[in-house]
Amino acid sequence: MKHVVLAAVALVIAFPFYWMISTAFKSFFEATQFPPTAFPHELHLENFATAWGDAPWAGFFRNTLVIGVAVTLGELVTSVLAAYAFARLEFKGKGAIFFILLATYMIPGEATLIPNFVLVTRYLHMADTLQVQIIPFLASVFSVFLLRQHFRSIPNELADAAKVDGAGHLRFLWGVVLPLSIPVLVTVTLITGLGVYDAFQWPLLVTNSDAVRPVQVGMAQFRTEFGAQYHLEMAAATFVIAPVVVIFLFAQRYLIQGVARTGIRG
Amino acid sequence: MTRPATGAARRRRILGENVLAYAFVLPAILVILIFQFLPGFAAVYMSLFRWDIVQGAFRGLDNYQTVLVGARAEEFWQSLSVTLTYTVITVPVEIVLSLVLAYLLFQKMRGRGIYRTLYYLPYITSVIAASVIFNWLMNPSYGLFNTILGFVGIGPQQWLDEPRGVIELIAGAFGWTLPDWSPFAAGSQFHQSILAGPSLALVGVSIYTIWHYIGFQVVIFLAGLGNISNEYYEAARLDGASERQIFTKITLPLLSPTTFFVATIATIGSLKAFNQIYAMTNGGPLETTKTLGYEIFHVFFQQGRIDLGAAMAVLLTVIILGFTVFQFRVAERRVHYG
Repeated sequence: MKHVVLAAVALVIAFPFYWMISTAFKSFFEATQFPPTAFPHELHLENFATAWGDAPWAGFFRNTLVIGVAVTLGELVTSVLAAYAFARLEFKGKGAIFFILLATYMIPGEATLIPNFVLVTRYLHMADTLQVQIIPFLASVFSVFLLRQHFRSIPNELADAAKVDGAGHLRFLWGVVLPLSIPVLVTVTLITGLGVYDAFQWPLLVTNSDAVRPVQVGMAQFRTEFGAQYHLEMAAATFVIAPVVVIFLFAQRYLIQGVARTGIRG
Repeated sequence: MTRPATGAARRRRILGENVLAYAFVLPAILVILIFQFLPGFAAVYMSLFRWDIVQGAFRGLDNYQTVLVGARAEEFWQSLSVTLTYTVITVPVEIVLSLVLAYLLFQKMRGRGIYRTLYYLPYITSVIAASVIFNWLMNPSYGLFNTILGFVGIGPQQWLDEPRGVIELIAGAFGWTLPDWSPFAAGSQFHQSILAGPSLALVGVSIYTIWHYIGFQVVIFLAGLGNISNEYYEAARLDGASERQIFTKITLPLLSPTTFFVATIATIGSLKAFNQIYAMTNGGPLETTKTLGYEIFHVFFQQGRIDLGAAMAVLLTVIILGFTVFQFRVAERRVHYG
């Protein structure tokens, strides 16, 4: 009985994916046929090539990749350093700075959107670049909190032993703390990377040209231009969704654990 | 003789630690201050001026007046009502469904991991690409949803193009008309019977939203269930409690902090809704899916009214902050016996 319910729900949840793939293989004629066919009669593999050729997808994916790597690496570095300072160093103003982080965590993106838009377009003249999609995201309060939490749990004895060995903070961080933090680092990397892959509103506002646009904006644009070509639209959706599904299937342990531990909802 | 030396060394060490700490914190703080902290205040500042392309004259609270009771009031309250309706449709369904699924999944069984993975899959798929699939499923001419409705003898629907309320549609199918009660004047584009219910388009967006978030909530509920000590269950079984009693008397009360947490973040999530609205309906038809998040985008970006957009963003922020603070306070109180 339990299995019946769970399996039925699983089918309903998975079905849109099946329908996407199934439509992606159909001809336009078959996709719009009534009643719809459950399986494609002929496999039109060329739909994927056609959809890929109809828009500068290679560029969109390359932009997303560049932004993703830059943001993820940058955010990892800034967050690890800040989290280490908050977890294991004593300094003047620590409480006050930490309070600013806490306050920032409460400010929703809706409040910061318009000022940031004005800042980058009118004052920093960064509109329509890759940088404008990277620089604002080079630090994350959430990542600092998550890493700080973990760094604090590393036993003090290890720090004392490192000190006796004459290791400074940098060497202790690099040689002891980071190797002990691989799972958390993977979680931060995945959450950040997926966030970049999903990014839509900000790039929509601050980019104008295909040369710098990321995948999701490309997808929305493709839909506007080829929206009536349902089979091509589904082919495009398939190759936009596929990379994250593959990554998720391999790394879901880290993601789901991270989500369960932190309750972050994108 | 040794004492001052160690004192100086200690001071030097403390100074060194301070310098190192500032160097470590600086890059993150700089980015967070410039792009996440200060803009929060800048939004309030901008909402007090006339500001379209460039900053204009100081206007005090005039922008708020325009939004709340003036020329833009009708759109603002309409979008707020859409946002709240959207929240009221999605959040309870998400919570009940995910709680039941998590409860079923929590018991040790074969295939548990596979179910969890499948349920979680929609949550990691990008909103834009995934909502494109739902647009296709709800296509008025060729969509599968209409085919399925056809099987049960219901005529094809306009789905995301349908501005009429679902109750109005159902009533219409029986040949009834709803009384013409509306908070908006007869000539207003928002004039519709308050009994009409949410537009079918908004229900369509909600179906997508529930599909997208359900797996996320399941994971949070599973974590919450894992935090309930087994002793309670064992004691209840010894006392001969039925499965149903165990669920209502033990699981539900002890899970309430998690349920509350899920409810709050789901509510905040739907208050912020933008991407799915942009991709699925563009706020239409007849603005029946125009959430506050979308209205802000429309006013500040498409109409270039940065000032009014900022005022709306500040109002939305106040609402969201209200929920966040509420959540924090309740969570704090729960920690003691959590």
